[in-house]
This record gives sequence, C-alpha cells and structure tokens, in this order.
Amino acid sequence: MFTVIGIMFGGIAVGFLLRKIEFLQKIGKPISYTILLLLFLLGVSVGANDAIVSNLSTLGGQALLIALATTTGSVLAAWLVYRFFFKERSNA
Amino acid sequence: MKGSLIVVGFFALGCLIGWGKLVPDSLISGNLTMYVLYFLMFQVGISIGCDKKLKDILCSIRPKLLLVPLATIIGTLIFSALVSLLLTQWSVFDCLAIGSGFAYYSLSSILITQLKEPTLGVQLATELGTIALMANIIREIFALLGAPLFVKYFGRLAPICAGGATTMDTTLPIITRYSGKDLVFVSIFHGILVDFTVPFFVSFFCSL
Repeated sequence: MFTVIGIMFGGIAVGFLLRKIEFLQKIGKPISYTILLLLFLLGVSVGANDAIVSNLSTLGGQALLIALATTTGSVLAAWLVYRFFFKERSNA
Repeated sequence: MKGSLIVVGFFALGCLIGWGKLVPDSLISGNLTMYVLYFLMFQVGISIGCDKKLKDILCSIRPKLLLVPLATIIGTLIFSALVSLLLTQWSVFDCLAIGSGFAYYSLSSILITQLKEPTLGVQLATELGTIALMANIIREIFALLGAPLFVKYFGRLAPICAGGATTMDTTLPIITRYSGKDLVFVSIFHGILVDFTVPFFVSFFCSL
C-alpha cells in the first residue's frame, strides 16, 4: 500500500516541478492506455482462473448488490444535503 | 459511454485470451502487473501535480460545495459497510474498499487485486478485484440510466452523488441534462475531488 501511495506522491512532486513542460499536460492519454493494459492483464488472470469463471454469476450477483447499496447510500446522502443546505437557496 | 465500452472490451478480451490459455503462465504469475500498476500510479501522480486547474479549483472551494462530495463519500461508505452484513464471505473492509472505488472501476479493481494479494492470496484477491470491477461499472450504469429518477425523488444533487468519481467526464452530459446547467461546475468539482480520493480510500481499506 505504501509503495503505491509513495509512488503516486513521487509522481505528484515530479509533475509539480515539471508542470511548465507542455507534453506533461497531455498525460491523460497514456494514463488511459496504461489502464487498458492493466484491465487486459486483469482479464487474462480472471479468464485463466477456472474457479472465477465458474463463479462469475455469483460474483456478478455480489457486485450488483454492492452497486445497489453504494448508489442508494450516495443518493440518500445527496437528498439530505440538498434538502437542508441547497433547497432554500434555489427557492429564494 | 464509448469509453466504458472500450474498457469493458479490453477486460473481456483479456478474459477470453486467459480462458483459452493463449498466453504463457509467466504473464499471470509474474510481477508484470505490479510494475505496470506502479507506472500507472506514477502517471496519476504527475497528472495531479502538473494540473493547472488544481490551484483554481482549490481556490474556488466554498465550504458548502464540499458537502456534495462529502455526501457521496459518507453515503457510499455507510451503505458499503451495511451491505457487508449480507455478503458474509467478505469482511467489512473488503466491501468498503470496493465501495470506495466510487464508480472509478478501472483503477479501483486493479488496486484491490494487487493490494489484497499478500493477505487474501491470489485467488480471493482476483475474485475481489473482479467484484470491484463489476460493482463499479454497474454503479456508473445506474448513474447514467437512473439520473432522471434520482432527480425526481431525491433532488438535483442525487445524480451527482450517484455518479461518484465519474461526474466530471462520463456522466457529466447526463447530469447536465437532468440536474440543470447551473450544477455543471458542482458536478466537475465533485468528480475531480472524489476521483482524487479513490487511491487513498481503496489502499487504506485494503490495508485494514
């Protein structure tokens, strides 16, 4: 964990020091390519894993449950914040 | 939406190739993924460090606006913890790690797979990463499809909080349409802030 966060902070420092360099502003593209490569590699290890392939529907069901929970939680919290902090202003 | 399809496509392609045993085992068992992840995190760091908008955003923060990402984070984490009561197979921290992907499925699933490997073992860590990927993709789909319903029943901020880390790019058009144009800035600000928190929350919960 500390390696990952440490490397990211290293990147933040480098990015801040080199922020004048034009092409670093376009780092979004290589980031998405790296993410695609990593997801491809994750896919390879998922596909090669017979236990996961045969469990895919169970895992998918659990994923659906978590997605329902996280969406419900954030929507409810949004409703509270909207009701108590934002609504008056938009009515005024 | 096209971006999400490409992402899912790459994952599916990897699944097929792995399933067909078309690649040498060394690709899976080696540390390649780990180094690519380090490379990715370094790039993510650079993008944060050299972001010219970062200063403007930090200066334009009004306390009230912070309530929106705060609602997303607290609401998501409370309900992730609650749902772990139903998913007895996984610990509450595993569920919190998945929830704190905030729909940023690519980064969160990879981080979880790698960071959980030392404690859970390759098998369970890969399973958890797969759940994280699917759960966060489904959350983005909910945010895209549910936006009109969320506005109707839970107010105009609801699509923003549901969208999590995606509200500055993939779900921004739909939020603009249903929540109103005046919330575009709130939505972008919210997305950037939640996006920044993903690596921290995910690695924090993975370490517990």
